[in-house]
Amino acid sequence: MMKPLRDVGIVGYGAYVPRYRITAEEISRVWKMGEDNLQLEEKAVPGLDEDTTTIAIEAARNALRKAGLDPDKLSAIWLGSESKPYSVKPTATIVAEAVGATPHTSAADWEFACKAGTEAMQAAIGFVGSGMAEYAMAIGADTAQGRPGDQLEYTAGAGGAAFIVGPKEESMAYLEGSFSYVSDTPDFFRRPGQQYPTHGNRFTGEPAYFTHTMMAVQQLMGDLGYDPDDYDRVVFHQPNSKFPKRVAQRLGFVEDQYRDGLLVPFIGNAYAASAALGLAAVLDKADPGERVLLASFGSGAGSDAFSFVTTERITRGRNPLPSVRDYVNRRREIDYARYARQRGKLVMY
Amino acid sequence: MRKVYITGFGQTRVQEHWGRSARDLATSSILEALERAEVEGADALYVGNALGGELTGQEHIAALIADFAGLTGTEAVRVEAAGGSGGAAVRLGYIAVASGLQNVVIVTGVEKMSDLAGPAVEEALATSADEEYEGVQGLSPVGLSALLMRRYMHEYDCERRDFAPFSVNSHQNAVNNEYAMFRRPITVEAFEKARLVADPISLLDSAPAADGAATVVLCSEQVVGTRKRATVEIVGSASATDSVALHDRGNPLFLHAAHESVQGAYAQAGVAPEQIDLFEPHDAFAILSALSLEACGFASEGQGVRLAMEGEIGLGGSIPICTMGGLKGRGYPVGAAGVYQIIEVCQQLLGEAGANQVDAWVGMTQSLGGTGATAVTHILKGPR
Repeated sequence: MMKPLRDVGIVGYGAYVPRYRITAEEISRVWKMGEDNLQLEEKAVPGLDEDTTTIAIEAARNALRKAGLDPDKLSAIWLGSESKPYSVKPTATIVAEAVGATPHTSAADWEFACKAGTEAMQAAIGFVGSGMAEYAMAIGADTAQGRPGDQLEYTAGAGGAAFIVGPKEESMAYLEGSFSYVSDTPDFFRRPGQQYPTHGNRFTGEPAYFTHTMMAVQQLMGDLGYDPDDYDRVVFHQPNSKFPKRVAQRLGFVEDQYRDGLLVPFIGNAYAASAALGLAAVLDKADPGERVLLASFGSGAGSDAFSFVTTERITRGRNPLPSVRDYVNRRREIDYARYARQRGKLVMY
Repeated sequence: MRKVYITGFGQTRVQEHWGRSARDLATSSILEALERAEVEGADALYVGNALGGELTGQEHIAALIADFAGLTGTEAVRVEAAGGSGGAAVRLGYIAVASGLQNVVIVTGVEKMSDLAGPAVEEALATSADEEYEGVQGLSPVGLSALLMRRYMHEYDCERRDFAPFSVNSHQNAVNNEYAMFRRPITVEAFEKARLVADPISLLDSAPAADGAATVVLCSEQVVGTRKRATVEIVGSASATDSVALHDRGNPLFLHAAHESVQGAYAQAGVAPEQIDLFEPHDAFAILSALSLEACGFASEGQGVRLAMEGEIGLGGSIPICTMGGLKGRGYPVGAAGVYQIIEVCQQLLGEAGANQVDAWVGMTQSLGGTGATAVTHILKGPR
């Protein structure tokens, strides 16, 4: 288990989900795939003027408001994403500039497929926990890609969530410990210059998602001496609706524990923001003194597991700041043609 | 010509063995087979393997496997005939022993398919078709079989759901086979709802690409004489070819190669279809099962599907097929499938088929390459 020398916690968090939605039924109308693909209801689609940067900025601003923190107190802005607008040039500096955190700050982008956001969180915990920084922001944000007609078309969504790590005394949820588990498992990847990723079908399941997630969670819970029923709420990475439910059940959790954090049926897989948005949604609803488990998964492959306990401050700023559910419920349905335009899928060779 | 016996066999479970290579799988099955056969080596190793080069970049696989199985120095050669590779390797081993040139041979079928993702596997499988006329058009095995099935439904007035009994039977029989990939039954309703792969073929009437290795040890009578264990005799072995391209066949709904090879095997064994107690056909797609049943004389033309609908292909039917799951239920590691079939018939003839045991003395296998351009048929007789 990993735990910093100095106790830390989440002092503020914020989320953002684009308003556009395409339903699974609409995708299936175009691609004529069978009913077994319709496990999601719909997914979030970024607008024409939205990308990972704008999504991250929205989430970061919400987090700063929630924390009531002056942005120039942030000593780091770290953004995890697999859909960075630039291959070379940090996205995090744009976010830092936009929220007013520059110039006395560290900023960088993180890459670890869907767990880049929680990897940034691990680093932020270390940064604050070591005393190098008072506050550090970790963001997961993505506008995920799926090749037209691929299974990923049903799931590749968009969204962002930002977390400000700071001293435990100021936290809304303090950290009990974390665990990271990684191996070289090439279940999903996108090479330079490729527009869409390649995935290994069932290989993305057992040896990748399930093995890594379960190892991280079991070892963290073992080190903390906790059983599944010690947790009030659990959140897993959500590449589809089957995997998070199945991994929860295998680990001994029940639906009451994971229901509030399961957003994938409504927004799709927001990649680096997937588990992070689930955590934000859970914190939106949690009462003080609740124990919350977060376990991300990133292809390539690895999982970060965290154990948090909410404090009296958890209800702070719930109104008027928008909740994750508010963003989920704010929806405008589009058809496949508009989706294709907004996602830049109309390319002639 | 000498008599040829199967004295040992070994198989790995068919599944996506993400952590195991072709040589590893093959070696497991060889060691198991050698132990059962109570021999330590052989005069030759014949390896049925269809796509090693395409899928794993490894050609020259027979020498590699011989080396890793502790058979360094032994004659070893790979046999390739697409989906018929396994059957063709068994036949080569049979010829070697029957001719008197060799006394003990090892025949291994192996395929490692899970190293590449779906589209690349389909592309490799498509190399079994006529590249210049079919492959270049984008026709893969499932597409070609879909053309056959569509034509069959048109000619013989049946529907997609009428093919369901083939897959239902295979899955049901796979439940009790510890080496099978899909150990769960399916329903007719699930078959009807399954996602289409190439209309009218759906996911539930396509055999799954998977990894696996199977090995049999063939011995001459002189070697068997000193063995105590009951053995199975190969009493018929024949192979034939047809045009590779479907459009070159006068009647694409009649598998001429299958017919020719089965006639050869029947004649050699001195049996007729009525005397075959079980049949392991090449059920890569349900339509191929129907066409094989017809080509082999178990049903007249256009009646293969009816035979299945009437329940005659089940364990208690007049001609049980896919008794341990077939390619559909046990799984389809392409070049290994023909050897798995031989082992499954051996299990039946030796009374080792467990809950799937049928009352059998004579069993038959048929391994097809492509849409039936290669057909290899074997008839085996038990010790009874």
